[in-house]
Amino acid sequence: MTTTASGPRLGAIRARTISARTAKYLSLVIAAVCTLLPLVTVLFASLKTKQEYGATGPLTPPENWLNLENFAIAFDSGEMLQGFVNTAIVLAVSLAGTIFIGTMAAYALDRFEFRGKKLVMALFLIATLIPSVTSQVATFQVINGLGLYDTKAALILLFMGTDIIAIYLFIQFMQSIPVSLDEAAMIDGANRWTIYWRVVLPLLKPAIATVVIIKGIAIYNEFYSPFLYLPSEDLISTSLFRFKGPFGSQWEIISAGTLIVIIPTLIAFLLLQRWIYKGLTSGAVK
Amino acid sequence: MAITASGPAAADTVAVVTATEGRPARRPSGAGLRRRFPGRLTPYLFLAAAVGLLLLLTYWPAANLFYYSFTDWDGLDQTKNLVGFDNYVQVFTDPRIFSVFGVSLYYFAASFVQMGLALYFATILSFSTRFQNLFRGILFFPYLINGVAIGFVFLYLFQPGGTLDTVLSWFGVTDPPQWLGDPDIANWSLAGTSVWRYMGMNFVLFLGAIQSLPGELYEAAELDGASRWQQFWAIVVPGIRRVIGLSFILAIAGSLSVFEIPFIMTGGANGTSTFVIQTIQTAFNFRQVGLASAMAVVLLIIVLLVTWLQRRLFPDEKVDLT
Repeated sequence: MTTTASGPRLGAIRARTISARTAKYLSLVIAAVCTLLPLVTVLFASLKTKQEYGATGPLTPPENWLNLENFAIAFDSGEMLQGFVNTAIVLAVSLAGTIFIGTMAAYALDRFEFRGKKLVMALFLIATLIPSVTSQVATFQVINGLGLYDTKAALILLFMGTDIIAIYLFIQFMQSIPVSLDEAAMIDGANRWTIYWRVVLPLLKPAIATVVIIKGIAIYNEFYSPFLYLPSEDLISTSLFRFKGPFGSQWEIISAGTLIVIIPTLIAFLLLQRWIYKGLTSGAVK
Repeated sequence: MAITASGPAAADTVAVVTATEGRPARRPSGAGLRRRFPGRLTPYLFLAAAVGLLLLLTYWPAANLFYYSFTDWDGLDQTKNLVGFDNYVQVFTDPRIFSVFGVSLYYFAASFVQMGLALYFATILSFSTRFQNLFRGILFFPYLINGVAIGFVFLYLFQPGGTLDTVLSWFGVTDPPQWLGDPDIANWSLAGTSVWRYMGMNFVLFLGAIQSLPGELYEAAELDGASRWQQFWAIVVPGIRRVIGLSFILAIAGSLSVFEIPFIMTGGANGTSTFVIQTIQTAFNFRQVGLASAMAVVLLIIVLLVTWLQRRLFPDEKVDLT
């Protein structure tokens, strides 16, 4: 590194490196504390009894680390089980739909030349620019007109219909699958559907996994669509949002509910880290 | 990327197939295939569902948005009266509506803090560091958390006598403000929450970009005696200019359409209402669909304008579809 430097200069550089390193680790630790502290205090609150919560400050650890009573109350009276079940249903159907619709579209766009291809590409591209929250004013009328207001089908349709990022990921991935595979299958007498179903779709598995992960997280976290389109049932976001009213300032219970929502995300993150980083960066840059 | 994962598998299959057919392994393109099997209708059938949904849920609503914006529709009535540009005039003249754009400035300012922090941590974590993955995970994780959960975590943090006040009292701050109750401060608190939430995404984007820069550049710079700081300005920043530009545009678009955090945490009270909250409330609480549509169209045009500017300023940013 500094082979040409003379003795004293080397020492000075070393001293500077050490202080730079200290600053680096110090800043990392401060950032980690700032990130984790809000979550840790919520964890503390969730493990305290009502009296204990009233008597102690937010940074005082709970007396009993295994006091899960608040979690039981939150899960039960917050009807979070129903929220999880509904979320799981919407998630599963929307994901399956997104994958089929997306891979089929990608197959058409990557493997065929046809009139209007450029137009379709442009339509998908421009659609990514429309901020979806604002166009809800008009989307709401469409869903209402279809008679789907206040049904899970409304959410499923919205989640399936607006995923352009998934289509891009599929196209990108499909380009790496050699066309000679299609040709070979076709010589064996396979039609286009068989090729899609038996050749292309199985090879798309890694891309499908990426889409399942990033889209799964997005649907799990989606708040406004269920809030607007499904007022009489709850997904997990809206069931947590409802804690605002009845539990008022019972922060020990709200905290438990909050953690019940965060824990599945944490588990998914720990298990799927590598995929999540890849998926989100490839999705965001598009 | 993930593409490499299927590489060997795909190659194997090719080998097997070509062995039985006795044909050359790979063709440069599928041109021959396409010529032999025209199948005129097939691509349209494969596309039907995706394009159908795109038209139904994106373009049809967008077109309607323009139409509604010229009417006085309340969302229920059978008849819609055309009112010309009245709604647009109201959007730009009613101080309660347009002034709300000012709130975006807090989030826009915060996004610079967010990008600065992200760039700093991405840079130091791209060099070998102890517990690299742990720090990376911690900094990124908030981005994955459910927005409602984040709202509650920070409501708890900001409440009087809560975590933030307790921590500040250690540093001798005895009279902390009402973080969410004071209209002068509430927007900063919410913008801070938004930094906490989204910093991880910028960080991971920057980190990915920095790590894709060739390592020889640093070696060469070190041989020339460049300091870390000089390396940062001469290698890292120009090397990831693209991603920084992209993040900058996303920050503008994002701060114009802030919604979840203030909606969940304050419901738009104490001067924290944003343009999107205002639009949504106009449509669904006050039933002025015409006016709300005009607001949505204004936002849409601004966002499209920003994106067009991005394409002009960073031409290499073009999304590559082929």
